[in-house]
Amino acid sequence: MQELIEILQNLHPEVDFAACDTLIDDGILDSFDIVSVINEINDTFDVVIPADRIVPENFNSAAALWELIEDLED
Amino acid sequence: MYFTSIPFIAFLCLTLLVYYILPRRARWVLLLAASLGFYAFSGWDNLCYMAFVILSSYAAGCFIQKTNDQTKAYLAEHKDLPREEKKAYRAAQKRKSTAWLVTAMLLNFGVLAAVKILALPQIGGIFTDYVMPMGISFFTFRTMGYLIDVYRGKHPAQCNLAKLALFTSFFPAVIQGPISRYDSLSKTLFEGTGFSLDVFGKGAERIIWGYFKKLVIADRLLVMVGTLTGTPGEYEGLYTLLSIVIYAAALYCDFTGGIDITIGIGETMGITQEENFLSPFRSLNIFDYWRRWHITMGTWFKDYIFYPISVARPMMKLTKWCKKHLGDKTARRVPVYIATLVTWFATGIWHGASWNFIAWGIANALVIVASQELQPLYQKFHLRFPKMKGKGYDSFQIIRTFILMSFIRAFDIYPGVIGTLKQLSTIFWKPSPAKFIAGGLTSLGLDTAGLIAAAAGLAIVIASSFIKKRPPAIVFALLVIAILIFGVYGLGFDAAQFIYNRF
Repeated sequence: MQELIEILQNLHPEVDFAACDTLIDDGILDSFDIVSVINEINDTFDVVIPADRIVPENFNSAAALWELIEDLED
Repeated sequence: MYFTSIPFIAFLCLTLLVYYILPRRARWVLLLAASLGFYAFSGWDNLCYMAFVILSSYAAGCFIQKTNDQTKAYLAEHKDLPREEKKAYRAAQKRKSTAWLVTAMLLNFGVLAAVKILALPQIGGIFTDYVMPMGISFFTFRTMGYLIDVYRGKHPAQCNLAKLALFTSFFPAVIQGPISRYDSLSKTLFEGTGFSLDVFGKGAERIIWGYFKKLVIADRLLVMVGTLTGTPGEYEGLYTLLSIVIYAAALYCDFTGGIDITIGIGETMGITQEENFLSPFRSLNIFDYWRRWHITMGTWFKDYIFYPISVARPMMKLTKWCKKHLGDKTARRVPVYIATLVTWFATGIWHGASWNFIAWGIANALVIVASQELQPLYQKFHLRFPKMKGKGYDSFQIIRTFILMSFIRAFDIYPGVIGTLKQLSTIFWKPSPAKFIAGGLTSLGLDTAGLIAAAAGLAIVIASSFIKKRPPAIVFALLVIAILIFGVYGLGFDAAQFIYNRF
């Protein structure tokens, strides 16, 4: 989880990713950020996030994104 | 049958009356009959295109669903299979579904591309009087979105052919959207919700508001746009600037007016459709603009083109290669910039198979990429001038975005890419203020009364955007009177088709 928070903070150092759960709803992460995050996740966790899993529910918080990574690892 | 025609109003009133007389479970059947009837008015042969979209999507959707169900059942029965075997089975089943999806998409987008090419003026000499089926881009995209979501397992397929036909042909949305998603629209489309005076009233108010924007403002402003762009050589310099600004207002009132009517009609029947606009002229930058303007088209392209391209395996490989050879920063840009260019190229083509629309799409992509590249500069600027924030700076950004988008939209109204660029350049190299002041506004197709009506209408639209509360009923009664008195359908005018009907 800490590695994921670091990936997100590299994009937006001003955001408290551990607490925020409206990353998409509030427009904090835009489509360009999402693709960057997916590429970093691919590199760090060796997990490919397919296009059909790119939905607000999976990207609204670091916790939801972490859950998605764990799900894809399984 | 235009939304702005008397036969349509009569058709709508009759449909609403019968809708609420019928038992709730039968109402969707009436909607289907009304939708197909409405579409048949545009030409019986056009129904063939729609039937093709419905039947091919129905067949593909049901087969994909059957394959998905088989996969689930097989894996549930064979829980003890080794992981690799499960993976291989899933992959084989996915290949079958993919084949159906790809076939249906190739067929439907192939037909869409063919009709767009046939509608080109260059081809018009061969296929004389060919008219593109009304709203074909909208219903094809809506139905292909449905099919992709079935493939992705977002929702089950609709294996009732008549219900899928209604989703595709739903008459308020068939000609200019919104491009609703199946999981959203189907929640209320087939239900036949009970009558609620409050909900019905809100829908009726929204319809009135839509007609006001269309008939009192848009159709007037479009007369001016027609004059300014009909003989562009006569209206250069400041007139060109006026032309793109008036077109921005006209398109806004035309398109949002049409969507208000569409969503309002749905509301009068208890049917909820997705919003397509969110105060687009308050956008701070181009990203913000495309989150607020034609939202359902933007999300369609983002979900089904931008993301799939950005995260496709070849793109991932390219990103890794760039990371290794060109560095992190370049690698981060490559997938999004390629996907942005492809997505906006496709968005341009969606609007029409012409160089102007392609240039419009590419211009959007280039501005998006440039905005992204300028981010570090903006950050430095804000560090250097930390007080440059707040309402004043927001206003500057709003005006900047409005002007920028108005320039890009010029490709929609001037002939030819080079012609458009030349016309825009006259704003800077021969503004001719004296000619503009001497010519004034009354030479542009509207008399003083018409100009005052359009300006007053625009003022009402702008003022309404600051009001959060639901206005009292008297306001809508006054709007109806305004539509009857000031609507553009008197002598010398025809209530025009909506601009987005041509897509």
